[in-house]
Amino acid sequence: MSMTQIIERQSNGITRIGVPEAGAPAIEVLTVRSHDEIFALEIKYVREILDLIPITEVPGSQPFVNGLINVRGKVVPLADLRLKFGMEQTPPSIDARIVVVEIDRDGVPTTIGIRADKVYEVTELAAATLEETPRIGMRWRREFIRCIGKRGSDFIIVLDLERIFLGDAEAEHERV
Amino acid sequence: MSGVDPAETFRQEAQELLDQLEHALLDLEHSPGDAELIDSAFRALHTIKGSGAMFGYERAAGFTHHVENAFDRVRKGDVAPTRELISLALIAKDHIRLLIETPENVASDDETEATILRDLDVVMRPGAAPAPGAAGLEPEPRSWRIQFRLPAGAMASGTNPLLLLDELRGLGNATIVAQTGAIPELEELDPAECYIGWDVVLSTTESRDMIEQVFMFIMDDMDLSIMPIASGAGTDRLGEILVDRGDVAREAVDAALMAQQQESRTDRVGLTVKPERLGALLVKSGAVTEEGVASALAEQQHVRTEARATRTVDSIRVPAERLDELMERVGELVIAQSRLKEIVARSTDPLVQSVAEEIERLALELRDTTMNVRMVPIGSLFSRFRRLIHDLSRDLGKEVALKTVGEETELDKTVIERLNDPLVHLIRNSIDHGLEQPDDRAAAGKSRQGQITLTAQHAGGEVLVMIDDDGRGLDRERIRARAEEQGLVVAGAKLSDSDLFGVLFEPGFSTAREVTSVSGRGVGMDVVKRTIQALRGTIDIASTPGAGTRITLRLPLTLAIIDGLLVRIGQGRYVIPLSAVEECVELGADDDKRSRGRSFLNIRGELVPFLRLREMFKVTTPPDRFQKVVIVSSGDMRVGMVVDQVIGDHQTVIKSLSKLHADVRTFSGATILGDGTVALILDVMHLVSFGQELEKQLKIAG
Repeated sequence: MSMTQIIERQSNGITRIGVPEAGAPAIEVLTVRSHDEIFALEIKYVREILDLIPITEVPGSQPFVNGLINVRGKVVPLADLRLKFGMEQTPPSIDARIVVVEIDRDGVPTTIGIRADKVYEVTELAAATLEETPRIGMRWRREFIRCIGKRGSDFIIVLDLERIFLGDAEAEHERV
Repeated sequence: MSGVDPAETFRQEAQELLDQLEHALLDLEHSPGDAELIDSAFRALHTIKGSGAMFGYERAAGFTHHVENAFDRVRKGDVAPTRELISLALIAKDHIRLLIETPENVASDDETEATILRDLDVVMRPGAAPAPGAAGLEPEPRSWRIQFRLPAGAMASGTNPLLLLDELRGLGNATIVAQTGAIPELEELDPAECYIGWDVVLSTTESRDMIEQVFMFIMDDMDLSIMPIASGAGTDRLGEILVDRGDVAREAVDAALMAQQQESRTDRVGLTVKPERLGALLVKSGAVTEEGVASALAEQQHVRTEARATRTVDSIRVPAERLDELMERVGELVIAQSRLKEIVARSTDPLVQSVAEEIERLALELRDTTMNVRMVPIGSLFSRFRRLIHDLSRDLGKEVALKTVGEETELDKTVIERLNDPLVHLIRNSIDHGLEQPDDRAAAGKSRQGQITLTAQHAGGEVLVMIDDDGRGLDRERIRARAEEQGLVVAGAKLSDSDLFGVLFEPGFSTAREVTSVSGRGVGMDVVKRTIQALRGTIDIASTPGAGTRITLRLPLTLAIIDGLLVRIGQGRYVIPLSAVEECVELGADDDKRSRGRSFLNIRGELVPFLRLREMFKVTTPPDRFQKVVIVSSGDMRVGMVVDQVIGDHQTVIKSLSKLHADVRTFSGATILGDGTVALILDVMHLVSFGQELEKQLKIAG
């Protein structure tokens, strides 16, 4: 975790991710659209954004990482978050991009491409508005979500990429 | 790269020397009379001691000295290289390694050290114990400047200077210059006197004492100077030598050098006139005699030759990661070259084509050369196990002989390094579980000494490494009983040998009744299998009751680049390692139809099962009209793979798949094609066993 977060117990018993009062640090994110949902990816993971390039299918792999792409001479797995979140797969539009991220996976830096139906912008979410993920009213598995940011009247889900791509591939396999 | 730590260099060197020592010792055990081996051991010890002292490893040097002394006496034939002495020397070797690698961990009054020295003393008896306190006194192999002039009347008393010179020559490489400046005019010459003096430059490993001994009987009256010659940058200049010899003052040399420079400066104006040499200038100025210069020049020559001799090495050390970097670059070049090839194929310009071909040739040669650089003979690995076997046979009370075959077989350095641990484990198992106690062997009508054979050989694009023992063989009943006990095997199921022995690689499986220090904990075989698989290799066990067990490892030659056959299945392109491909045949419409139920192909009278990769990969596009079957083999098994199109050969730079695809067993890796897309590499070994499995099932089904 890159920023200093203080977890304090509130009187109502809900754990809150808070920040010291003065100079509230902001979290920098890249906002992308996956099907009809807008997600935020923490910018610290993002390496580059590519246009849609030829994708090689990997027969027999987990559906959500069933592609390989060539990122400047490196063979990189391509993930489709829509499958991870049980969303509909629509054919790529002209806005489709690949966001290349690098995450730490069991101590090994791993480069992964993530399909996005559209990439919006790099923006800051004030950390103070990061609220703990509500337990109910959530369509997706809670553990994949780091927190929910609020910008204007919109809620933006900040994904926990390290969790999403956490080892234990077999367990995933069964679930998907 | 600057800033190479000399101590580090020493440590690396010591490492090699210690290995050399170990080899010599282990060989010596089998042929105790081999003078060359004794010399080799002695030299290694001697050098470790010498350079150790030079780089501040006083303790290591001091300790080594005692061992060296022992071997000096072995060398002279005073003491026989007994088993005890060799065992002791091996322990001492380990201690030296400790003293060099982690001297801080060895207490100054270390028990082992004292014990080793005491034992060494005992072993070396009868005969005088090595002189105490002589540690580290013997100097380095180095060059000495010896100048001598016989005392008056020495010839009359029977001293022959020629014998003295011969004796000096006997000590090492000597350059001798006679000083004739003192020879008087003929009428004053006394024929019984020796007027000649000699300057000798001697490079020797012997000590100063040894040199002085040459002059023992006449030393008192004669003029004798023995000086070590300084080594280092610039010391081989004539001026330096003269100053060092005390023939001339430094100022005189500086003045002469200045004059020389001035001369060359005026030269630039005129035509090329060589400036007079320093020696000549000095002689002209009267600072030194012509003879002095001649002698100094001879010394210069000698020192330079010596330096060159030590500098001549036929190998250099390169950090492994630089080799990896090089390999990576070559990989990129090969990919770029594939792209070029594809583009050029569309061009009609013969010039462009010839350049492209040239580049292709160069790229492939560079690839081969680079891979060769990384190839290491497996003998370097095998020889490490000799010590292991020596120790194990002692610990377990078994007599074991090691035989190695095919040590010259080369494998990628990375593969060799990663093979060490699995092989150690397998050899331990063979000795501990496989070989019987000598008495049991004798009772079974075998020789008391068990035999472990390590074999390496090429087989197609793979290397086979086999570990054979002539022990009791695997106990199928017991393995089975334990496997059923642990629920690894269904009770009563019919099992093939490979299935049964497969349980040996299950985590936690062990049949040993008791845990020894060596094995039986059930840890390891699963790790061995994983390590071998990570190297894209396989492991097999075959065993004959009473006659022994053979473990076969199949390993790829290299991890980096392979020749591949590019094929198309549906829209996707895939690479099959060319080394595994036997032939390509067309899948006739008849075969196609007939084989709907059973997938067999008749290849010259032999039935070969085949896999429809289109079905395996769930390809939905319509199949090509003329499908091809690529017949691949792994070991002695063959299987056909139906593809839509065979595109051609492809230089395949292997990129491993990320952990996210660790569950995909059909592919061993990926590569990048000429057009930049990624193609998957089919794992032939897996597909073949899959195909054979399928065949078995079909056979059972009917």
